[in-house]
Amino acid sequence: MNVVEIPPSLDYRSLDRLFQVAGSVDGDGKVLLDARHLRWVDPMGMIGLLGVGQNLRDRTGEAPILHLPDGGDVPGYMARMGFHERGEGIFASIQGAAPRRGARPSDVLLEITTISENRHVHELVERVQNRAGIILSRTLKYPPSAVVQFSVILSEVCGNILEHAEAPGWVAAQTYQWSKRLGRQVLVVAVGDLGRGFRGSLTPEYAGRYGDRWSDATALEAAFIHGLTRFPDQGRGHGIQQMRKQVRRWDGVMAVRSGAARIADVPDWEDLPPLEDGLPPFPGAWITLLLPAAPEAGRPAEAGR
Amino acid sequence: MTEARDRAQLDAFRVDAHAVDVRDLMARTVADLYSHLVTRPTGRAVRLAIESQLEELERPALSLVDFSSVAILDYSCADEVVAKLLLVLRSGGVGGRAWVLFRGIREFHRDPIEAVLERHRIQAVLQGEGGGSELMGPADPRDRSLWSRVEAAGRVEASRVPGSLLEAPDDEERLRRLLDHRLVFRHPHKGDILALSALSRELAP
Repeated sequence: MNVVEIPPSLDYRSLDRLFQVAGSVDGDGKVLLDARHLRWVDPMGMIGLLGVGQNLRDRTGEAPILHLPDGGDVPGYMARMGFHERGEGIFASIQGAAPRRGARPSDVLLEITTISENRHVHELVERVQNRAGIILSRTLKYPPSAVVQFSVILSEVCGNILEHAEAPGWVAAQTYQWSKRLGRQVLVVAVGDLGRGFRGSLTPEYAGRYGDRWSDATALEAAFIHGLTRFPDQGRGHGIQQMRKQVRRWDGVMAVRSGAARIADVPDWEDLPPLEDGLPPFPGAWITLLLPAAPEAGRPAEAGR
Repeated sequence: MTEARDRAQLDAFRVDAHAVDVRDLMARTVADLYSHLVTRPTGRAVRLAIESQLEELERPALSLVDFSSVAILDYSCADEVVAKLLLVLRSGGVGGRAWVLFRGIREFHRDPIEAVLERHRIQAVLQGEGGGSELMGPADPRDRSLWSRVEAAGRVEASRVPGSLLEAPDDEERLRRLLDHRLVFRHPHKGDILALSALSRELAP
């Protein structure tokens, strides 16, 4: 059996490490994803783990086993985020501490939700209305109009899965108190899929024009910076541009990882590089949005990241 | 008396007011469970339904596309229901005999609509909930000024068009452009120029 050790912290920053260890699995046979030392996981960490599980299943022809910690808060938290339900059909089994069933954490905006059909986007936009209103206005101190703008972003980013990935994906969102890094609450939105990725989507139309320069990084620049899409239609491609514009208004981060590259719009408070290449390759597209509370909503530091 | 006669002449030309409640149309064409105008497939379905209805009309029509019951409009839907619909009409689609006035536009609709109009470099006539009309989208300031004069006048009789509407030498060309882009209406019999808002009022039951 191939044993893959999962990093103790899984979030948008440790996604590369997760994809690296998953990529190290070679050949056929059963895989055990050993996450017994997992101490921290955010929405991107959870959907990344689902993506790795599905990718291993596709590559090896056998569903991997996932072993979560035997105690602590992590298994219960993941269960409340809907991880175990989404993991059915991906993992042969999910071992570790039996998840506690119960109400979702109060700061969850959106449990892990599968996106594979148009109706799923409608359903999630309907579903988040009340919670988005509470979290965006009370927790992040955004103006009332932010609920609509956030729903539009959510719709566009999930619509991209249907339009461009041609494969199912997942979305999840939750707020955290980032006391040390920012001194404010931050809403973390994670969207990921195992589809063709940006390079795969754009290659037929644009690879020839870029010649030797064509790569995951140039494909991301083409879509993210220049708004190019595989569709000849001029109306396509502005979803990402409009999302970037809105996220900038909120002083947030938008980062897109695809293939072996990542591109990001980053405000002063975040130190992600604007463009990275040569990362561990992984299929699909993985989008992180970080939306911080309005500055006046900041609170004194308390326990948290 | 004059108004009644004008109305009779307009009737003789037979323009229909084609009212579209976007949310109702979405319920009938996509699913009645959803209340938000989101995703491109949904927008495309709504646009095709509007086009189909317009094609079935026997007479030219002013389509009054009402967004007042739409709480969330994303960019993909705005691209389909606003921009692509306008592009279809401008290129002579649905028999080249339809105009469109977008109504019930609220503050949170403006951003996506403005973005898609900007992207396609086209203009649309919008009415807010207060009823005032505006020309949205990138336009030459002199085109916009001419459109505003038509809007302020409501209807300009054919005989008064050269004197009261066309102020600059190239205004005739600008008026032709507004007509080609279906941002104002010319009565085919009388030659009067009408703002779409005025046309909608004249067609109101």
